Amino acid sequence: MREISVEVISDAIEKLCKDVCIQLNEKTVQLLENALNTEKTEFGKANLEIAIENSRVARENNMPICQDTGMVVVFAEIGQDVHIVGGLFEDAVNEGVRRAYKDFRKSVLTPIDRVNTKDNTPAVVHVSLCKGDKIALTVAPKGFGSENMSALKMLKPSDSIEGIKNFVIETVKNAGANPCPPVVVGVGIGGTMEKAAIMAKHAVAVSVPAKDEAIAKLEEELLEKINRLGIGPQGMGGVNTALAVYVETYPTHIAGLPVAVNIQCHCARHGEVVL
Amino acid sequence: MIEITFPIADRKELEKLKIGDRVLLNGEIYTARDAAHKRLVALIESGKELPISLKDIAVYYTGPCPAPKGRPIGSCGPTTSGRMDAYAPLLLDCGQAVMIGKGERNQAVIDACKRNKAVYLAAAGGAGALLADCVKECTVVAFDELLSEAIHKLKVEKMPLIVAIDACGNDIFSLREYK
Repeated sequence: MREISVEVISDAIEKLCKDVCIQLNEKTVQLLENALNTEKTEFGKANLEIAIENSRVARENNMPICQDTGMVVVFAEIGQDVHIVGGLFEDAVNEGVRRAYKDFRKSVLTPIDRVNTKDNTPAVVHVSLCKGDKIALTVAPKGFGSENMSALKMLKPSDSIEGIKNFVIETVKNAGANPCPPVVVGVGIGGTMEKAAIMAKHAVAVSVPAKDEAIAKLEEELLEKINRLGIGPQGMGGVNTALAVYVETYPTHIAGLPVAVNIQCHCARHGEVVL
Repeated sequence: MIEITFPIADRKELEKLKIGDRVLLNGEIYTARDAAHKRLVALIESGKELPISLKDIAVYYTGPCPAPKGRPIGSCGPTTSGRMDAYAPLLLDCGQAVMIGKGERNQAVIDACKRNKAVYLAAAGGAGALLADCVKECTVVAFDELLSEAIHKLKVEKMPLIVAIDACGNDIFSLREYK
């Protein structure tokens, strides 16, 4: 059985956290540039130019793109033929976060007393098992300006596809300027309450268009309708309210239709590594 | 571009600003976000002395990253202003002149702007690295234990902002098509 030490996992998490917070990924930069080319309003263009310029300055000065370096969300796919040695997996993830956030803002605290943990731990870790002897780690530090504007609703089966679309669009509309548009929208449809929320988050964290033709069409339609809302970059009006919409689905119960919408700001940070 | 410097010589200068105007801000401003606002309001309500004078000051809603070596401050873009709506009208009534942040404000804040001839300036959300370049000095002046949420005094140069609510109560976000 292949062994992977917790040290290797901590190192990987530390590096991913630092990299994604400082260097905006190429895919997002490209989406921002495309948005700049299509934007029609003066403030919309100005705000997109600032976002692109900011990503360049962050890289050049080796500083975080945004001061909200987020709460770290990790999706780990662990091969069943891997033996993790030297400690616990989640402790290793948190050690990586602790090291990475020495120079970043510590935004994590106890929810009721509001006491800061002072090292940005714990991370939110989602583990799934898969075939093979590797570990795939996806890291997505989540800022809360956008997280706060996310929503979940247990729709009725009678609400059907129109109800789903309306809920997604309503959520983006209610978010307005708050989540730093143009946003990336993750949608989870089906499963149970928590499954829908995790799918919505995963959709944003991996940012890959759906392979299923019908779902890909739904993503396109939602993007078009969201961009007709007119909220625009930083909410000052424009044709770019969202950069992308990603949808994930899962079978659900005969009595239900859970839908979760996770909103991500234009600093769509995420990165992946396979150990 | 209109340049404004704090401390402001004549507060009437702010009354000339109209929504959509581009502003470059210079001079001394203070940071405060959720936790610092909660404390300031609690002090005012219990009649206690404040750690800073609110008279005619500009408050920037931000919680900066730690300063890298050789720099006064880390990334410091604006946070969502709406969370300060519960506190902002009282602070404006106590003398604060300018709010700096991102996103919409509620009617109570708009009314408080009108009542006090105060303004709300929007900074570009997410532009933390770019805005850090405008900050030349940074010192913690109150609530040190709140870490990034402490009140910092910043010296800024040419901080680029857009007038989002003016002293007449006009609101740039209300002009969007969908509303």
